[in-house]
Amino acid sequence: MASINQLVAVSLGYVAFLFAIAFFAERAAVRGRGGWLRSPLVYTLSLSIYCTAWTFYGAVGYAARSGMEFVTIYLGPSLVMIGWWWALRKLVRIGRVHRATSVADLISARYGKSNLLASVVTVMAVIGVTPYIALQLQSVTLSLSIFSPPETAGSLNQFQAAFWVAFGLAIFTVLFGTRNLNANERHDGVVIAIAVEAVVKLVALLAVGIFVVWGIAGGIGPMMDRIDSSPIGEWNMDRSRWVALTALSAAAFLALPRMFQVMVVENEDERHLQIASWAFPLYLMLMSLFVVPIAVIGLDLLPAGSNPDLFVLTVPLAEGRVGLATLSFLGGFSSATSMVIVATLALSTMVSNHVVMPVWLNARAEGAQVSGDVRDVVILSRRASILMIIGLGYLYYRFSGGGAALAAIGLISFVGVAQFLPAMFGGIFWRGATRWGALAGLLVGFAVWVFCSLLPSFGPGTVLSVATFDGGLWGLGWLRPQALFGIEGIDPTVHAVVWSLTLNITAFVAVSLVTFPDPLERLQGAQFVNVFDHSTQARGWDAALATSEDLMIMSQRILGADEAQRLFRAEANRQGMPGQLPEPTQGFLQHLERELAASVGAATAHAMISQLVGGASVSVQDLMAVADESAQILEYSNQLEAKSAELTQTAGKLREANEKLTALSVQKDAFLSQISHELRTPMTSIRSFSEILRDTEGLGQVEKTKYASIIHGEAIRLTRLLDDLLDLSVLENGQVNLNLETGKLGDVLEQAVMATQAGPSGALTIRRRHVNEGVMLSTDLDRLSQVFINLISNAQKYCDADAPRLDIDVRDGAGRTEVAFHDNGTPIAAEAHALIFEKFARLNDQDGSGAGLGLAICREIMTRLGGDITYHAEAAGNTFVVHLPAQAA
Amino acid sequence: MGKHVLLVEDEINIIEAIRFLLSREGWQVDTHSDGATALAMIRDMRPDLVVLDYMLPGKSGLDILTELRADPEFTSLPVLMLTARGQSRDREMAEKAGVSRFMTKPFSNTEVMTAVRDLVQLAQ
Repeated sequence: MASINQLVAVSLGYVAFLFAIAFFAERAAVRGRGGWLRSPLVYTLSLSIYCTAWTFYGAVGYAARSGMEFVTIYLGPSLVMIGWWWALRKLVRIGRVHRATSVADLISARYGKSNLLASVVTVMAVIGVTPYIALQLQSVTLSLSIFSPPETAGSLNQFQAAFWVAFGLAIFTVLFGTRNLNANERHDGVVIAIAVEAVVKLVALLAVGIFVVWGIAGGIGPMMDRIDSSPIGEWNMDRSRWVALTALSAAAFLALPRMFQVMVVENEDERHLQIASWAFPLYLMLMSLFVVPIAVIGLDLLPAGSNPDLFVLTVPLAEGRVGLATLSFLGGFSSATSMVIVATLALSTMVSNHVVMPVWLNARAEGAQVSGDVRDVVILSRRASILMIIGLGYLYYRFSGGGAALAAIGLISFVGVAQFLPAMFGGIFWRGATRWGALAGLLVGFAVWVFCSLLPSFGPGTVLSVATFDGGLWGLGWLRPQALFGIEGIDPTVHAVVWSLTLNITAFVAVSLVTFPDPLERLQGAQFVNVFDHSTQARGWDAALATSEDLMIMSQRILGADEAQRLFRAEANRQGMPGQLPEPTQGFLQHLERELAASVGAATAHAMISQLVGGASVSVQDLMAVADESAQILEYSNQLEAKSAELTQTAGKLREANEKLTALSVQKDAFLSQISHELRTPMTSIRSFSEILRDTEGLGQVEKTKYASIIHGEAIRLTRLLDDLLDLSVLENGQVNLNLETGKLGDVLEQAVMATQAGPSGALTIRRRHVNEGVMLSTDLDRLSQVFINLISNAQKYCDADAPRLDIDVRDGAGRTEVAFHDNGTPIAAEAHALIFEKFARLNDQDGSGAGLGLAICREIMTRLGGDITYHAEAAGNTFVVHLPAQAA
Repeated sequence: MGKHVLLVEDEINIIEAIRFLLSREGWQVDTHSDGATALAMIRDMRPDLVVLDYMLPGKSGLDILTELRADPEFTSLPVLMLTARGQSRDREMAEKAGVSRFMTKPFSNTEVMTAVRDLVQLAQ
């Protein structure tokens, strides 16, 4: 008997061999000599990752337990392949055109590039495939245990063994699948390695089969006799199970993430499908050829109670054929490793693209440095995902007890991933399918699967209580996991398939019908459903009909002159043509269409080239797609316009504010300059005369007195100026406290006239008409008086008539009391009218005693009081009118 | 030789002070307060020295100076300019226009008289 150590050594050697193959294949691919890597044969063989350890070991066990029913697992995929023209071809085309990297990516792309949908599919896929990975662990562990009987000292128990197997597989996958990163998610080395493994498992199974038929049974005739006499020969066909299982395996074949990876993502040429459509069913047929004989002989030869899942190993061992058993072990090992590698690669791509990266990119919203470090994050997140996925598989194995039959576990996964099918194929064939429909179908189907298939698989009392099993969830009889809605007596697998898919499809269709797709979704939907009308690979251009000049003109319009010229020049260089314009070859037209599509959308680009090339007419579908795109672009440009208008407005406001500030600054400078002048002028006299008084000896008493009084007068002038400035500043800042009083207008006027008479009043005659002076006022009477005093003293100073006269007249102006001050002096020049109330606007200052602030102060006061002051030029003289506040009248 | 100064200034008290200071040193002092007619006055009187205020009613001291220097006859006439606006830009403008000496008010009497003596000596 081969020792466990020898077996481990053989396995490691085999893995090293696979590594070498993968390595050389990738090197050849990089050097451009990898054409053979992408042959239809390799493609067909790579599809054989459908045949996992479950198929390798489990089919025999399945046959030993349930007779011919195992055939359904091969029948479903065979039907899909044979009927590739209807479904698979479209799936592969769409996957390639839209560069789908996974099932999640495909579904999300169809429904408007929804990341929500992608992450939901990802999570479902991880959970759905977990039992499947557990299955691989179990089969490898079981097969190892055959070579290492439990009674041997130092042997590992099954969970420890499973752990090391899981660990080994994880390392193997990380090394294999994430050494580098390709934009298209293709893995040449991996594909060639799984093709080799496909050959190894087929050869191993055939070898065991041939040994069994010719070595043990003694030929085909005796073999048939033994089959007839064995219990397997007496199988009864359960129709519902047959139909359900065939449909299920067909669905799983299309929806399994790893199948999508090899079938669509790794597909090099669509024509390979055509060959695989008969070659792969042939492979499956060969794989199943000896299943029944091995099962029959196993049941005959081995003691009752032997695990039929291991007949492939135990039959040769029982006959002492260690070499054959080792080959068989390698076959099973190949099945398990190839499945785990591709499945975890596919899942880690999904987890990293749809869960980790969006979260990571969101977390660092700047996202500016999208270069080297992103690659590192991607690789790291893939590796972590691989470890996590295999770890989950191990945990499932651990908690499901590791004892269930292989086929049963495999079917649980199948039902899980089959839930993707309605969203996938509904999206491909039905334009009306919507994102919310897909989401509803997925979630409903998944929930039913978890409840009816996944959780019960742990056995009653593990996750679901026994009470739930027998009495239904929350004690509701119609919620029993294996008899939903009270329909009993159905096989649990059929039950799960029928209910999950029925409810899934119902939710998908119902929600799709009541929700509306957004524009991007509608566009993607049209492109998916009509992929054969739109896709570039399918329809070539009749190159002869296009002229490079026309293409150039159109490209310049869309891409901009520089970019278009660069593109054309590069192509001309590539073709070895002199100058700017390349030949409009088929390849160039397709390249150009892709470039244009990046700017204007695929449909528009297609329609534009169609127009120029002339060969293809633009279909209604094309126009619809163009319209969809245009609507989006229009909406986008409307948003841009709105943004731009907003910016213009903001810029205008800023400019206005800036102008205001500049004007304020100019005003401030002028004001300071004025203040300086007003302060320095009296100070000049004060300084000069005080120096004269100090320095001049023998100055007469008359002069002394005269000069001292000049100094005195100028000092007073300075003080008054400062008072005015402070007063004005307080008024302008609004810090003034109004002292409200009630009084008679006549008294205020009287007070003001009295105040102006105190100094040398000159010859000014003040005439008042006392008619309306009895009006009662309620305002700040002192401030009002200040205004009156200012106006009267201005008249005293500036009225230049021979007999200066001031008429003060109280009148009623449109309900508001006005006080007019009319003098008979020279009217102020018209050009100065606008400046009268401005600071330092000394218009006609001969004696220089005013600082030019008086009228400015008057205006400020009247504004504060709620009134106004205005100037009116008269034919003979000037009139200032004080408009009293309305409420004061 | 006659020491004849024309003082163009609109502030009565400042006129009074400068007149006092210059007459004491033997100057014949004439005064004028209107910017608009000041230039004609200078041409008419042909003084040995002009003391010119920067801010005048009618026409600014700066404009008067500029026009004065444009006349070849007056390119070297000493002009002492006084200003109460404390801006350095005014000094630059005046120097550009060809002022002989620029002083900011308030001035010290000694300062003014020194400047006057310097200017006259320079002119001789």
